[in-house]
Amino acid sequence: METQVNTAAAPVPDRIRKKKKNKISRRENNWRGWLFIGPYALIFSIFILVPVVLAVILSFTNFNAIEFPEFVGFLNYITILTNDAEFMKYVLPNTIIYAVVVGIGGYILSFILAWALCNLTKPVRTVFALILYSPSMTTGVAMTVLWKVIFSGDQAGLLNSWLMELGVITEPVLWLTDTRYLLPIVIIIGLWSSMGIGFLSMIAGILNTDATLYEAASIDGITNRFQEMVYITIPQMKPQMLFAAVMAIVGAFQNGMISSMLVGNPSPGYASQLLVNHIEDYGFLRYEMGYAAAISVVLLLIVQLFSKGANALLTEKDPYGKAKVTKKERSVIR
Amino acid sequence: MKGRKINPKRFEIGQLKIILLILPLVIFMGMPIIFIINHAFKPMEELFAFPPTFFVKNPTLENFSKLIKFSDSSGIPLSRYLFNSLVVTVVTVGLALLLTTMSAFALAKIKFKGRNMLAKINQVAIMFVSTAVLIPRYLVICKLGLIDNLLAHILPLVAMPVALFLVKQFVEQVPDSLLEAAYMDGATDLDIYLKVIMPMIRPAVATAAILVFQQVWTNMETSSYFFSDDSMKTLTFYMNTLVNANNTIAGQGMAAAASLIMFVPNLVLFIILQNKVMNTMANSGIK
Repeated sequence: METQVNTAAAPVPDRIRKKKKNKISRRENNWRGWLFIGPYALIFSIFILVPVVLAVILSFTNFNAIEFPEFVGFLNYITILTNDAEFMKYVLPNTIIYAVVVGIGGYILSFILAWALCNLTKPVRTVFALILYSPSMTTGVAMTVLWKVIFSGDQAGLLNSWLMELGVITEPVLWLTDTRYLLPIVIIIGLWSSMGIGFLSMIAGILNTDATLYEAASIDGITNRFQEMVYITIPQMKPQMLFAAVMAIVGAFQNGMISSMLVGNPSPGYASQLLVNHIEDYGFLRYEMGYAAAISVVLLLIVQLFSKGANALLTEKDPYGKAKVTKKERSVIR
Repeated sequence: MKGRKINPKRFEIGQLKIILLILPLVIFMGMPIIFIINHAFKPMEELFAFPPTFFVKNPTLENFSKLIKFSDSSGIPLSRYLFNSLVVTVVTVGLALLLTTMSAFALAKIKFKGRNMLAKINQVAIMFVSTAVLIPRYLVICKLGLIDNLLAHILPLVAMPVALFLVKQFVEQVPDSLLEAAYMDGATDLDIYLKVIMPMIRPAVATAAILVFQQVWTNMETSSYFFSDDSMKTLTFYMNTLVNANNTIAGQGMAAAASLIMFVPNLVLFIILQNKVMNTMANSGIK
């Protein structure tokens, strides 16, 4: 970082840079660029782009994984909207509730926590950040075992035992089979594991804010921390806020594993069935892959839509076109 | 200005208020982790103690030895799964880092036709939900003849848009003047990539490594959907079947041990690299 900061202080004037660029012919440049990005682009195309296109195509077919797909037009989409009782009754409401609480709630929580951590000294901050981040690394087996023991339905379950000791309940609650508790449990676990790299990004964003602005602001009469946060911190870290928002949105819609790992798929009474689980249910349990593909497309569209929304809210409006310069200046100051 | 400062250097009383405020949350988030660690070392009678205990009293390695013994008695030894997982993880992370840094260099520093479009596509793909395209991915793997081939573990996870995005943001911070000087001295693109860019973006590389590692290490989808041959599946998958299939008393202990084994590498890697990760995140913003 040191060298970077030093050299950034003396950037080459634009004029000279342009002159140099012109020497290299356009065609040669193309060849060079593609040489470096080619391998990634190839794998990206095969395993991300092609599957997405295939999903769109399959969503217009009836496909059982054995016979050749049969074209059915918009039938799958119409079925989603009109004929899929589980989807309308459980999956969609569950997904919306989960996304709002874990997506938006988790986002706000991670901002507050990031902001709080940035007001602490480095050693304390590092330890706290590590603790808060570690749940997002606890996926798969570790998560299943852990929460199954805590929410175990008999008296030996940790939560039951604690609650009974405190006298809140008199007999053990069947946390993982009672349909009333399933969605809240999945949401709690989702929130617990939502302090991921978006959270880290926010910490870094806040730490990078310009220290002199805070002094200037206090002279200008900003008196409390809340004002400071709204008028100085947030405007300065909008790019990081947007990145974190995108990560929160993706997390909110992608994380179907919690439910299927805890209680299987489909969950009892579809109580904690999310869109992702619904896709798995149709694709790999019922082998109605055309229909599953249609749900996938809906999911991808929803995620896109929300990200567009976040983009509109948080994109750096930059009337002076000087974003790059200020960023560099900031790193010099740091 | 007492205590009102981002990133304070010294401890002040004002910070105590903040610590007390967030401490309950930190404890709530951290407790399960402490529990995983304690649980794995509990002897049988503590695992089934009533009332259940949170902390271990007489730590033992019993669960781990049971886990090894059990897998020895089943057809495929644990070492085979461990070997698969290690090979897959190392190759995937290595390949992903190579391809990601190469394309980050291209996207950030080489002007070529289609560059902006590629950067845009990658940025949109950050929002890509891989579970959503499991079926088409399966079809692609089938078509390529990669079913039961170790490559089916590796290739789908090599291209990770978030990692490329973060590395690209970081490469953009490398001053152009430095590259210009190197080009003047007759350096080729490869020289620049290896000798100028790579040494300067180590933090970003570390971050990308963590992200890819976490994805590969905990991935179960590839094993469950792209493999029918059990001897080609990964440790993660094996641990998972072990946990789900053995609801017996002995199974509980093994599950506790398995969960620790799967969790610890993530944690250790992050602790080692956390400084570099924070460094990268400073440039993570989407503009």
